[in-house]
Formats: sequence, C-alpha cells, structure tokens
Amino acid sequence: MLGGQLLNLHRVAPELLLCMTGIVVMIVDPFVGPTRKRRLGWLALIGALLALLSVHIAYDFRGLAYDNLISTDMFSVFLHAVVILAATLAILGSLDYLEQEHIQRGEYYALVLFATAGMGILAGANELVTAFIGLEMSSISTYVLVGFRRRSATSNEASMKYFLLGSFATAFFLYGIAMVYGATGTTYVDKVQVMLEGSGTIPALAMLGLGLMFVGLGFKVVIAPFQVYGPDVYQGAPTPVTALLSSGPKVATFALMLRVFYVAFGTASEFWFWAVWVSAVLTMFIGNLAALVQTNVKRMLAYSSIAHAGYILVAFAASTTLGVAAVLFYLAAYVLMKVGAFLIVTHLGQQGETRLELRDYAGLGSKEPVLAACFSLFLLSLLGLPATAGFLGKFFAFQSALDSHSVHGTAIVWLVVIAAINSVIGAYYYLRVMISMYFSEPAQDYAPSSVAPALGVAIFVAAVGTLYLGLLPAQVLELARTAADSLPVH
Amino acid sequence: MAGQPLLLTVITFLPLLSVLALLLLRSDDHVWIRRIALAASLAEFAVSLLLLRGFDSSNAAYQFTEYHHWIGEAIHYHLGVDGISLFLVLLTTFLTPLAILCSWESIHENVKGFFVSLLVIETAMIGVFVSLDLFLFFVFWELTLIPMYFMIGIWGHEHRIYAAVKFILYTMFGSILMLVAILWLYNLSGTFDLDGIQQYLAATTLPHLTELLLFGAFFLAFAIKVPLFPLHTWLPDAHTEAPTAGSVILAGVMLKLGTYGILRFCVPLFPSAAEQMAPLIGVLAIIGIVYGALVATVQTDLKRLVAYTSVSHLGLVVLGIFAFQPTAIQGAIYQMLNHGVSTGALFLTVGMLYDRRHTHDIKQFGGLATPMPVLMSFFLFVALSSLALPPLNGFIGEFLILIGTFLDHHVWASIAASAAVLSAIYLLWAYQRVALGEVTVERNRTLPDASKREWIILLAVSLAILFMGIASPLFTRRMEASVGNVVARVNASLNLPQSASIPYSGNKTASRDTSSAMVHPARERP
Repeated sequence: MLGGQLLNLHRVAPELLLCMTGIVVMIVDPFVGPTRKRRLGWLALIGALLALLSVHIAYDFRGLAYDNLISTDMFSVFLHAVVILAATLAILGSLDYLEQEHIQRGEYYALVLFATAGMGILAGANELVTAFIGLEMSSISTYVLVGFRRRSATSNEASMKYFLLGSFATAFFLYGIAMVYGATGTTYVDKVQVMLEGSGTIPALAMLGLGLMFVGLGFKVVIAPFQVYGPDVYQGAPTPVTALLSSGPKVATFALMLRVFYVAFGTASEFWFWAVWVSAVLTMFIGNLAALVQTNVKRMLAYSSIAHAGYILVAFAASTTLGVAAVLFYLAAYVLMKVGAFLIVTHLGQQGETRLELRDYAGLGSKEPVLAACFSLFLLSLLGLPATAGFLGKFFAFQSALDSHSVHGTAIVWLVVIAAINSVIGAYYYLRVMISMYFSEPAQDYAPSSVAPALGVAIFVAAVGTLYLGLLPAQVLELARTAADSLPVH
Repeated sequence: MAGQPLLLTVITFLPLLSVLALLLLRSDDHVWIRRIALAASLAEFAVSLLLLRGFDSSNAAYQFTEYHHWIGEAIHYHLGVDGISLFLVLLTTFLTPLAILCSWESIHENVKGFFVSLLVIETAMIGVFVSLDLFLFFVFWELTLIPMYFMIGIWGHEHRIYAAVKFILYTMFGSILMLVAILWLYNLSGTFDLDGIQQYLAATTLPHLTELLLFGAFFLAFAIKVPLFPLHTWLPDAHTEAPTAGSVILAGVMLKLGTYGILRFCVPLFPSAAEQMAPLIGVLAIIGIVYGALVATVQTDLKRLVAYTSVSHLGLVVLGIFAFQPTAIQGAIYQMLNHGVSTGALFLTVGMLYDRRHTHDIKQFGGLATPMPVLMSFFLFVALSSLALPPLNGFIGEFLILIGTFLDHHVWASIAASAAVLSAIYLLWAYQRVALGEVTVERNRTLPDASKREWIILLAVSLAILFMGIASPLFTRRMEASVGNVVARVNASLNLPQSASIPYSGNKTASRDTSSAMVHPARERP
C-alpha cells in the first residue's frame, strides 16, 4: 500500500536524509578537485541540518514503521535530535581540522553521515536484529573514522583496537539476541516484554541472552568492566571523531539499552539492577581515578566520559520512568558539554595534534580569554556546577535514583552517595585544566592560531546549549519526560 | 513591602549587571574598571539600605518575598529576607565596596577579571542569603565557589594554587552530600520550597535515622564552611594565600554562609536531630574556640594569626546557635555581623601593611607606630573590637552568646568565656610586636602612613564598629521575631504533646496547596 510506504518513509525521514546525503557525497566526491573537498563537508553539513529539521517530520508522523521494526515514538524522536546535533557539531568541527591535517576527503563526511544514520536506527529500533544493523552501521563507520589519520601510528592502533574489540562486542550482542529468540520465540522488543510478563518466571536462556547483550552494549557505551579500550581509542582518533565517538554512539546505545532493559526485560529489573549497580560503581571509580593522573587533556576527557557513563548508569539503575527521563536529559546535556570540550581540544591540539598536554594549556586564560572561558564552561559543566547543563543532568539523575528508593532500598541510596563522592573526585582533574589555563604562566614562544569560523560556531552552539540547559531546562526536561512516557516501560 | 516587589531581585542581581558593564570595557582601562566597580558596589549598598526602611521588625515571616515558577512545578524562584538574613545582606553590601577600595592599587594584573570575580561573588552570596528555595539556594551556594577559587588562585600569594584547590575540594565535598539530602527532602515532600518543606516536616515525623542523616548531610556542608573544628584546615591556607579583598570577603561574609545555613536550615528543619547532636557540636565548637585561640597565639605570620581568630570566633557563634536560647542565637547572629566587620577590618589593615612591605611576617615589623601612627591606631581600635572590648561591637555579641548559653550550659559558657582572655592575649601581643617599641627593621622607618583611600576604608569600618557597639538594639530588635521563630521550632520538637501553643501546627494542610500561602506563610506566633 502506497500510503503505508509513504508513512514509513516519513517515520525514518532523518535516516533517509542522512543516508541520501552520504550517498550523494560519495557520488560527487570524484568530481570535486582535491583542493575543493571542503565543499563536500558543507554538503554533508546541509544534509545533517536537514536531517535535524526532519526530526520534526518524524515527530508529526509518530508510530511503528516497517512492520514494527522501527518505533518512531517520542523517545526515538528525542534521541534522534540529540544524535544528529552531535553529528552536526562534529562536522562543523571537522571542516578545518581535516584541512589542517591534509586528510580532507569526501568519504570522511559520508562515513559520519552513515554512522549517524546507524545511531538513528539504534535509537528507534523496536526489533533486535534491526538494532544490530544500526549498531553495525554506526560501528563500522566509526572504525574507519578512528583510523582516518592514516599516517599517525596512534590513530591506526586505535582503529585496529576498536575494530577487533568492537567486533567481539557486536558478536556478543548478536549471540545474546539469538538466545533471547530461543527463549521467547521473538526478537521484537515489545513482544519479548509480553512473553516474559506472561511466563511469570524468566527463563534462564533469556537471562543469559540479556547478560550477553549487556556485555555487547556495555562495550559500546564504554562502561566498566568493558572500558579498557576506550581511552586508547578516544586518544588515537582524530579529535573531531573523538567528539562524535564519545557522544553519538554512546547516546544511541544507551537508547537501545533502555529499550532492551526497561521494555523487553522490564520484569527482570531486580535481576539486572545489581549488574547495573556494580557496573556503575566500577565505571565511576575507574573513570575518575584514572582521569586524576592523566596529563594529556584528550585522554583525561576520555576517562571523564567513562565516568559520565557511570553517572548515567546511576539514573539507569532507577528502573522507573523517571529514570528514563533523567537518562535522556543527562544524555542531551552530556552531548553538548562533551562535544564542546572535545572541539576546543581539536582547536588547541594544533597541527598534528601535538599540543594536548596540560602544560600546553598554560596561560590560555590571558592569551585566548573567550576560548578559555568556553572551555571552563564545559569543564565546570562536566564537573557539575550549578547553572550549567551538567549540574542539572546529575541533579535529575540523582533525584530519579533516590526516588526509586522504595523499589531498590538502601542500595540505590548508597549508589547516589558514591556518585556524589565521585563527582567531587572528578572536580580535581577538571579544575586542574583550569589551573593550567588561568593560574600558570604562559609559554612565551607559543600562541595558538585563531579559531576557524566553522569551529567557532560549533563551540558557540555547544556553549549556549550548555548554559541554556543549565538555566532554563524546563522545556527540554518536559520533552525528556514525554519521551520517557512514550517508552512502554514495564 | 508592597511598593518594592522587585527589591530583592535588584539587590541580588545588580552586581551581576555591573559585571556586564565591566565586560564591555577595554581590559587595560584600569581606571574606569575600578571606578565602575566601586560605583556599582556603592549603589548596591545604597539600594540594600532600602531594605531597612521597609522591614517590619514585628513580623517573623519572610518579607520582600518574590515567588515565580522556574523549573517545572517543584523549583521556584523564591526570595525573601527575615531578621536573620537582613543584616547579613547588608554586611555583604557594606564589605564589598571596601574590598574593592582596598584592591585599588594592590591589584595590577588582570584587573578586569578581579573585579568581575568580586562582583559575581557578591551576587552569589546575597543570593544564598535571600533564597527560600533549596534548589535556588544550592545554585547560589555553589556559585560562590568558582570566583573565589579564581581569586585565590590568580591573585593570591605564593602557595595560592594549593590553597585554592584545597578550598574548593573541601567545600564541594560538603555541599555534594547536602545536594543528596536536598533531593531526598524533595522526594519526601514534593517541593524544594523552604516553606513547603518546613510544613511537610512539621506535619510528619521522619524516621529517626533518616532525620539524623539528613541533618548530618546539611550540617557537614555548613560546618566545613564555618569552619568548625576539626574541618577547619582549609581556612588558614585559603585566608593566608588570598589577596586582601579575598580574605575580607572570605572571612567577612563567606564563613557566615555556613553559620547562616545552620541557623536557616539545619536547626529549623531538623530540630530534634539538632537537639540530639547539640552536645557533640557544642564540644567541637568549644574545642574550636580554645584551639583556634591557642594556635593564633603562636603564629608568626600576621595574616595566619587573623585567620585562626576566625576559627575561634565562629566556634563561639556555633555554640550560641546550639544553645537553642533566644538570647544566645541573637548574640550568634550579632556576632556573625561583628566578626564580618571586625575581622574584615583586621584583614584590611594587614593588607595595608602587606602593600607596604610585601610580607606578613611579624618579625619584619616592630615599632610601626612611630612611622605610621594613624594606621596603627586604627589597627589597635580594630583589634580591640575583635577582642570584645566594651562598648565596641564584639562585646555585645560575645556577651549575649555567653549569657544565653550560660542559662542551660554552665560549663560550656565558662570554658567559652576563656576565649575573651585568649583573644586579648593574641591580639594585643600581635599589636605590641607590630606597633610598639623601637623600630626594629630599618627600612620600616620610612613607610608612609595611611593614604587618603586607606583613611576612608578604615574610617568606614571604625564607624561601623562603634555604631554597632552603642546602637545594638537597632539590630537585635529586628532579629527578635525571627529568632523566636527558630527557638519555638526547636522547643516544639521537644514538647510535642503540648502542641497547642506551637506555631505551624494550625493551618498546614490548608496552606500546603496554595502557592499564595507559600508566599506569605501564615505565622501567628502564640
């Protein structure tokens, strides 16, 4: 039926636009001279912006698409907006970076667009094999992107590591799907829920499947004990890719985790609560303690994203609708501040990413006051200082966790206290960067080049967003709540 | 009060507004940056005096209230002052122009950043004092940290980075647990509004352990800020390493955020836990009083000496609060103001010495009364006020605290009274070593006496000291009703059976639902 097909297309409008632009970029690529590749970046940017706008189309035509494979609900719409925003900022940050590194190529942008489409599918998947396709789309594209600085050994190493371990992780995920299918006879998220609710007890096979999926997805969101590869990959990847990698896939995979854990396995929340609890504690401590001793800012921020995944797990552990809303809000806030921070590192790294050490940031406060102020804003937001997005993210995360006290008892209260203590540990290394920027004498012989306009715009958007979510979060919070309500949580 | 609906918002955000003006100036235009900062802070002081005119001292409720929705249903922009916070706001607006004046010549680098930080701190501190919503309160509370961190870290002395990091980590550790407690209260009561939470807590009895933990989380945050022994170790470093203006603001106002928090949140929200913990806290306060005084006595660094006096003096304030006695609490509030003015003044004079000699080492001074009689006379005057000589301000506060405490706790009051003797020792001895005798270091002979700018600063604080000493009823009269309120709440938790005579038991159900009741909570005192 044509009407049905059209409706389907509307519901995947963002993915459609992203993929189409990606393909166009690939086709046009050979016809664009080597000195003009930058234009492909602008093309990709337009595609990403259109996709961002088309989220509204998906919103208008909410519903199930393609025989229930895709669920375009508020939840999916919200996350589409977040993911595509991250990709847009990353593209803006890449334009001049690629120029400077002499790796300006069309396929870079195409890969970013395909990866984003994959993330979109992850966020909307109502069926596990579809989710797997989304996961692979985003993973394989990012494997290549991580190794995009071909002449850099660290970039190659990172790509290889990410590819090998990532393949294992997706295999785990796939194996998990198989087990769940074996136990319940379906791979549809909502049907698994119905099956498990009906059966009363949860079959051991399904539990095993859930465990395997936790491993696979836990790897992608970089939570302990599957975090080991994270810092290496984040450090080795070209910095704009790191910005994308630390935000987009994480957001999308958390979305899938919410669907799998909250919807499909909502009845088993007592079972997986402890897995999430332990993982959250480990993730926070490992991320924060390891970040304390880093002298490389990029690597420090990589550990900090591990720590933040831990805070997200705190809200995740709540296993209530309030928890979903808190996770969603946190993800939105996290994307803005993290992408913003990495984009600033992109600029300050200078050619060849040679300026990434803490000491290279010395005296930035007097040399580049605006840039330093923006970086401080992102750092303070990551730290969780009030009036920034990061604070409210933590605030709602902690609140939703405490709210589930009646379900989980004192365990969840302890988790919040541990998270609170961790955020003070975290304060130290964020402040260390500020010490370097403001309290240390600048190196006389070195002045960073001025910020390219495109990158400047991206940083500006992230900074404004961080402040906006920090001061006037009501609207986004409301959206997050509606999104959470649209998820058929058990 | 009806005619000034936005007064508190104006007072809170005027400094922030002037920050915008400062940001527009060129950063090397030092003269105008200083002038505008000073003008803004003076205007701020003038506006804040309007509070006095409209304040109704017979009313225990919050006045000048403003109430708007902010985030969702639960978080409000709710401001108001009562007898407890009124003078703390005035103290802040009084000290900030002085802090700006004292930095006039001593800050050369990044002048714009310095005054911006100073004015942001002013907004944040006033915000803490006037917030009646726990969320809003927490935002302002944390907002005080970063500018002070910069102030110590950028414009401080030799070990500034160590001091700045220590300061911020200590304070954050305390406040993050307070945040957890605030969230817990929200989950219980469904609101962040102080009135709403108070009514909720008055209507329900929390499990004992829960109340104790909540009290503990709040108290830890405030005790670190005060600082109460043994959590005081950040203070000497921060005070010593901060620039003069930073020390003045830190000692003058920021420490009061802690005692204010105890008085505004810890005690009224969790009266029975407060009552239960009072013996322990009282002992810690007394240890702080004596220990702070003893350590101050043996300091060789003048600024560190003054810093330790804060540990001692604020121990006395905490003791006064936990005596749960109207006179003692009034004394505690009064002592908060006195300490702000007197210790602020001490730091100002120490800063003036530092401007001349770039050292705080007492050995480098001696016989300074000869080259600079005016400055040293002021130093003596300020020291006398700090050691509570009648009829100066310090005396009133200490006296009220001690007699109030003595009623129920003879031993506490007796030991605490030793502070009066000890403070005479360390301050007069310090004065003697700095000012009296022969000039010991030759280059000190030619030091200039107080300049016109310093005259203005010292005269302003000295007049304030004298005025607060002789006109104390003007202050205490306005505190009475609000203090009675706090004490009534503690007593209410102790004698629950006779709740007929207790305020707040009457119309809590009625007033919980309507927002207008939150704005003007009905509080007829028996």
